[in-house]
Amino acid sequence: MKNSINNAFKIAKKENRPALISYTVCGDNTKDKSLQILNSISKNLDIAEWGIPHNCPTADGEDIQNSSYRALQNGIRLNDIFKLVKRFKKTNPFKPLILMGYYQMIFNYGEKKFIRKCKVSGVDGLIVVDLSFPDNKNFAKLCKKNSICFVQLIAPTTTVKRMREIIKNSHEMIYMISTISTTGSALKYSIKKIINNYNIIKRIKPSKNVVIGFGITEKTISNLRSADGLVVGSAICREITRSLKDRQNPVTNVSKLVKKLKNKII
Amino acid sequence: MIKLKKKTPLIDQHDKFGFYGNKFGGNYCAETMRKPIEDLSKLFEKLRKDRKFLKKRDHYFKNYLGGETPFFKLENLTKHLGGAQIWCKDVSAINGDAHKAYHATVNALICKESGKRYIAGDTGAGMFGKNLAMAAKKMNLKCKIFMGTKDISRQAPNVKFMRDAGAEVVPVDSGSKTLVDAVSECMRHYVSNCDNTHLAVGSAIGCNIFLKICAWSTSQISRELKKQLIKEFGEIPKLKLINVIGGGSSALGFWNEFIDYDKKHVELIGVEAKYAAPLSTNAKVAILHGAAQYCLTNKEGQIAETHSLSAGLDYPGSSPLHGLLKDSGRARYTNASDKEALAAFKLITKLEDIRPSLEPAHAWSECIRLAPKLKKSDVLVVNNCGKGYKDKKIYIEQLGYYPK
Repeated sequence: MKNSINNAFKIAKKENRPALISYTVCGDNTKDKSLQILNSISKNLDIAEWGIPHNCPTADGEDIQNSSYRALQNGIRLNDIFKLVKRFKKTNPFKPLILMGYYQMIFNYGEKKFIRKCKVSGVDGLIVVDLSFPDNKNFAKLCKKNSICFVQLIAPTTTVKRMREIIKNSHEMIYMISTISTTGSALKYSIKKIINNYNIIKRIKPSKNVVIGFGITEKTISNLRSADGLVVGSAICREITRSLKDRQNPVTNVSKLVKKLKNKII
Repeated sequence: MIKLKKKTPLIDQHDKFGFYGNKFGGNYCAETMRKPIEDLSKLFEKLRKDRKFLKKRDHYFKNYLGGETPFFKLENLTKHLGGAQIWCKDVSAINGDAHKAYHATVNALICKESGKRYIAGDTGAGMFGKNLAMAAKKMNLKCKIFMGTKDISRQAPNVKFMRDAGAEVVPVDSGSKTLVDAVSECMRHYVSNCDNTHLAVGSAIGCNIFLKICAWSTSQISRELKKQLIKEFGEIPKLKLINVIGGGSSALGFWNEFIDYDKKHVELIGVEAKYAAPLSTNAKVAILHGAAQYCLTNKEGQIAETHSLSAGLDYPGSSPLHGLLKDSGRARYTNASDKEALAAFKLITKLEDIRPSLEPAHAWSECIRLAPKLKKSDVLVVNNCGKGYKDKKIYIEQLGYYPK
């Protein structure tokens, strides 16, 4: 299972499509439901991202805030998340799973203990939204030592000089933020500009897997299919919110949505 | 124990990652914000050495904010308590009614220099919001103020002021609907608009550059106080400087010039609200709004809800600089309850002509506790950092009256 993130990209490349990456919040709207959702969409996914809910999420838009709020209302704790990861990996041993969250949750738990727990429960990668370069150097090293991929982020505001340093310090996957925004807003830039930014990163190091996220929906996903991977988060969280509001089953609705997303990129 | 560096301004005692004492502060922010805050840091470091800019700042402080705020002895209160001499640095006499006037004005000036046309800020008690709205109007900037819906209703006079000054007040209805949520929402707004918007964080919190700008701006208070003390006493007498702490911006300004003094000579005392008191209740260090700081959290690390009658103090975190002052032993921190603050307001307004807002009423409460235990030669100075009119409704509800 080593390098399962790399493998996921290889498989997608072989099929001449971008890797599809979901983002949902662990525990939304209940612990079991969030696992059911992930289990049911995983066959159409290449990589799954699970959010660790935090009650001061300064980089998230409304949809993910709502999801986090529901999960916290239902009492999710970090130890529950590790248990759920274990259960997910038991049924989906080859599906890479990335945890995404804010540094406070890791800091409070203790970096080393957190990484150890990630390792034993089968987490493949970590995205820490507010631990940016170069402050993340030590933590990234700690991840690497434990065969966990630390995903560096690159934003539209990142200078090329900084980009080179970030890429140099990155592991097998890099996350490119499409547009200047929190999660879930509409794309502010033209597709051309986003692809242009993407190409700048790829030219610096063609072998890195670069995924694009923020503002990717059913409408925009096919236009960006030349990327190594695409992350859909807020659109899925929004679907969960809608399902709950309309008293429908979020598991079936989200599965349908992810299937549609997949069909748009194959 | 952390050691403070002598002859280095407090705000500059950080390492290259923005940490004070290897422990507080830092830049815990999204990648999108890195470049804008780096640009802002460069601009600020340039401006603080730029004679023309400093002249402009001083011009605004003098002509727009009304110049030096008064410093006087409270004879009646001193006599009543029968201990230390009690003095008041009445920052609330500034045009803008609170220390936030300095900070808001400087931010608007920096925004102007940066070429950005939009300025966004958070506010709890509405003092920063109101002053930012005023400064933005004066300097022809478009202004957005983020404020919790609970605070919008309890600080209505300031909200009206912001709107009259032409600012857009954005209600924040998430979480506890108070300052902590307003700051989060304002930071989100910045993450989404950092290409054309200057972020003015309302207190000495946030990523390194924001708390530096804030504490640099409010330090005007202690520059004035130092001169006033020497004029009054011929020297810096044995002092206790008492200041309320929410985020901690007024205290940092009030104390800045006195950091290098021995604490037996100039003691620094911070007073928090009892149920929003990370510094005086041994809270853990946590990451909130971009910085490591003493902060109230639950066991899981989620940010805790707080309670204070005072909107300006209803915040779970504290400035990283106060973490530094606490751990170095330079300042000590205590707290006062709603009830104690109200009782202090009652006594002060009965004996003296000042009308403190709920925030400094907490500092007055500590002054009243402390003064009787001290000698006549001891000098207590309280920073009366906000005017009470904004809390008129709350005072009437709680005490049954608001003094003339």
